[in-house]
This record gives sequence, C-alpha cells and structure tokens, in this order.
Amino acid sequence: MTLAPAAPGKTRRELHETRARRRGIVIASLSTLLVIGAIVVLVPLAPGWEAVQESFFNGEVFLRTFPKLVQAFLLDVAIFAWCAPLIAVWALVIALCRDVRNPALYPLRLFAILYTDIFRGVPVVLVVYLIGFGVPGLGLPRPWNSPYIWGSLALILTYSAYVAEIYRSGIESIHASQRAAALSLGMSKSDTMRFVILPQALRRVVPANMNMFIALQKDVALLSFIGPVEVLRQAGVFKSLLANFTPYVVAAIIFLCVTIPATRYADYLIAKQNRARS
Amino acid sequence: MTHLVLRNVQKSFGNKPVIDGLDLEVNEGDMVCLIGASGSGKSTLLRCINLLEPIDDGFIELDGQDISDPERDPQPVRQRIGLVFQSFNLFPHMTAEENVMLAPRRIKRLSRDQLRPDIAGLFDRFGLSEHMQHYPDQLSGGQQQRVAIIRALAMRPEIMLFDEITSALDPELVGEVLDVLRQLKAQGMTMVMATHEMGFAREVADKVCFLSDGRILEQGPPEQLFGAPQQARTQAFLSAVL
Repeated sequence: MTLAPAAPGKTRRELHETRARRRGIVIASLSTLLVIGAIVVLVPLAPGWEAVQESFFNGEVFLRTFPKLVQAFLLDVAIFAWCAPLIAVWALVIALCRDVRNPALYPLRLFAILYTDIFRGVPVVLVVYLIGFGVPGLGLPRPWNSPYIWGSLALILTYSAYVAEIYRSGIESIHASQRAAALSLGMSKSDTMRFVILPQALRRVVPANMNMFIALQKDVALLSFIGPVEVLRQAGVFKSLLANFTPYVVAAIIFLCVTIPATRYADYLIAKQNRARS
Repeated sequence: MTHLVLRNVQKSFGNKPVIDGLDLEVNEGDMVCLIGASGSGKSTLLRCINLLEPIDDGFIELDGQDISDPERDPQPVRQRIGLVFQSFNLFPHMTAEENVMLAPRRIKRLSRDQLRPDIAGLFDRFGLSEHMQHYPDQLSGGQQQRVAIIRALAMRPEIMLFDEITSALDPELVGEVLDVLRQLKAQGMTMVMATHEMGFAREVADKVCFLSDGRILEQGPPEQLFGAPQQARTQAFLSAVL
C-alpha cells in the first residue's frame, strides 16, 4: 500500500476541514431557504393577511413617508449626540463619588448611592414625563421651558446611573496589584486613580458602554411623548394623516439601520477584548 | 551604619499571624536575602516595610525615623523605599518610558524633558535603550522586570526591596535580572530581597535570613547559613531546596 499525498501543499487535516466547511455551508443555506420559503408561503394564508399587508406594508405609503421620516430621525441623532458626551462625563462623576473614602466627603458618596438606586429603579419613560412636564411647569421663561432641554436631561440622568455602574465595574476589574505598584512608588491615591486605574478601566468598559449607547439611541424616541417631533412622533402624525401603520414600520427600519451595525461593532469590540485577555 | 531596623513587627490577616514579632537590621549598602518556604511571611514583610500593608504592632525605622507610625502619611516614606514585585506590575497602557516617568513627573513635578537624560541613562545602563518606547506586552518577562526595577530606581530610593522578582520568569531570563542586582550591589545600593535563588543569595548576600512562621529563625553571612545551619528547620529547608 502506498500513502499517496492527498493533494499538493495540503495536509490531510486541511483537506478534511475544507470538506467539512463546504458541507456546513450547503446545509445552512438549504435549511435557511426552507424556513424563509415556509414563511413566505404560510403567512399570506392567514385570514387577515390582506388587511395587515395593506395597513403595515403599504409600498406607496412607505415611499411617500420615508424621506420625511429620515429627516425626523436626524433630530433623534442630534438629541443622542448631545446627550451621549454629557452622560459619559456625569456618569464618571457619579462613579468616582461612590468610591470616595474621605469621611468629610461622605455626603457625596451617599448622594451617589441614592442617585444610582433611584434612577436605575424608575422606568425611563416616567422620568421623561416627570422632568419633561414637571420642570417646565414651574413657569420658566423661554428657552428654559423647552422640552428638548428637560427631555434630554431626563435621559442624561437615567442613563448616567447605568453608565456609572459600568464604570465602577471597570474600576473594580483592575487588579489590585496595579494600585499596589503605583502606591509603592509613593504616588497619591488620586493620581493612582487618574493615571493608572481609570485609563485601563475606561478602555475595558468601552464595549459595555457601546451597548448602553445603542439603547440610548432607541430611548430618544421616548421624548416624542413630551413634544419634540422626532421620528416616532412624525410616524404617528403620518399614521393619523394616512390612516395607515406603515410609517411605524418605516421608523423601525430606520432605527435598525443604525442599531444593527452599532451592535455588530460592539460585539466585535467585545470579541477583540476577549481575545486580547485570553 | 544601620539603615533599616525592624523591632518586634507583628502583622496578622484576620486571626492568622503572618509576621510574628520579627526583628531585623539592615546596614547601609548591604544586600539582605530573605529565604524560607512559601507562606513564611517574606512577601508580607517586604510589603510592610514599603507600608503597603500597615503593621499591627512594633516599629520600623528608616535612618532612625519611625516610619511605621499609623498616624503618619505613608506617601513620602514610600518614595524613599522602592519595591519590585514578582509579577512586574507594569502599567500596561503606558510605554516603558512612561511607566518609569509617571511617578517622578507627578511627585517631583519634573517635566518629561527634565527627566529624559536621567531615565535614558538608566535604560542604557540596564541594556534596554531600544525598548523605551515599547509597551509591556511587547517585552519579554525579563525585560519587563528590568523596566520595573528602573521604574522603582527612577524615584532615587534609599533602599530597594525585591519580592521574588525572578520567580515568574522562564529560567533562561533569570540571569539578566540578577545581573541588574549585581550592578546595584556594586554601586552600594541597600537592598532586601525575598528569593528562592539560593545560588545567587550565597554569591551576593551580606546576610541571609531564614524565615519560618513569620519570624527570623536563623540569620548570618551566607557561608555560615548555607554552610553550617544551626537550626533543624533551616537544615531541613536547605536540604529540600539545594
């Protein structure tokens, strides 16, 4: 018997893996096609399909409302854009306050604890209502009665509570030996935090924070309840105008166009970090 | 001249005494090696001297000054006492040069430009000139440990403590780190070193201390301690490791 070389330049294992991969792709494609085919065939058989198609997937309404809704979505992006950096900074303040050890500054620590407890414990939409309607109700002069300001503040306050906890988990994940190394050189506790612990902690929590900011981009739509005509409210206006729900589907698709790539990117960052740590 | 004095030092973690009434004297320019089994208190002792761990009772004196007073700010004391760790503990987000510069920049308020000649000199002396701009994960274990030593030296400490600094290294990298210690010894640096490198201790140490259960059971010049140990436990330990 002769052991013939399987193929030039390929080991037996490589050949096996290539075959297995090909087989996998074929099977995955077939089963996906089967499921999609079933949905395409079966769903239209439902008795109400005609009506649903007409009111949710109306091509004409889609094309008519799409440009206006994309425009309205830019307002969501703008609100997100000014909220996100403020959250990143305010959350860091809260996170650092929670770790204050100086007895004279205990009130700060107490404040931070109460703050995170309260804002993580109340539904976002409630905070939006309470602040968005409550504060302008004080009779403030323009522009201080704007729902943009107070709605944004509601988002900032709520999300900062979550992001502060993420920061804290990052700070705690830095090994005690890093702190020991800095202190052993004679560095102060605050310098140790600022130059040694925080830079590492902040890098480590980037993926977790990405997920928070994706959630924030969606929750900007909650401001529609207190006034700003952003994409959800604009879709509502079209719905009433055209007596058709398709604008909501359009709004959902617009959100997905932003959130899916962002989610994929966050997953990529997490995977990269896991590789780096293993 | 006596430089560092420990008197009846006590330290417990919970109910477990780790340092149990320990006395030690280190003279200026001496290299003192601490040997003993794992858990005998060598690492804890070094961390106590650097004030990373507060001691429960007793005194630690540096240059005649009680540095172990709990009311005292440990920060200025630590600047005078360098500590190098088994696991290097370099700051991974900084280059080798930034690792070394951070403490002098923040504490002595010196600028990078003011520090550079001095620090470049240290890197050069320990054969790391071409690695100043590298990050810790781009360096070998031996190189990382040498950077960690430079980082401690950059504060110009009066005394250096080494906590099993070659234990985490591959055998072929141990030599380059021990060479650094030989150089420091030749320059008259006062050093206390916890180590399992018995050959090195025998060669370089002025005094070897055998620790057992948080106490110095036996101490003396290396030829005496390695050649003719008096205590049964010292003999048992040495015959197990040599």
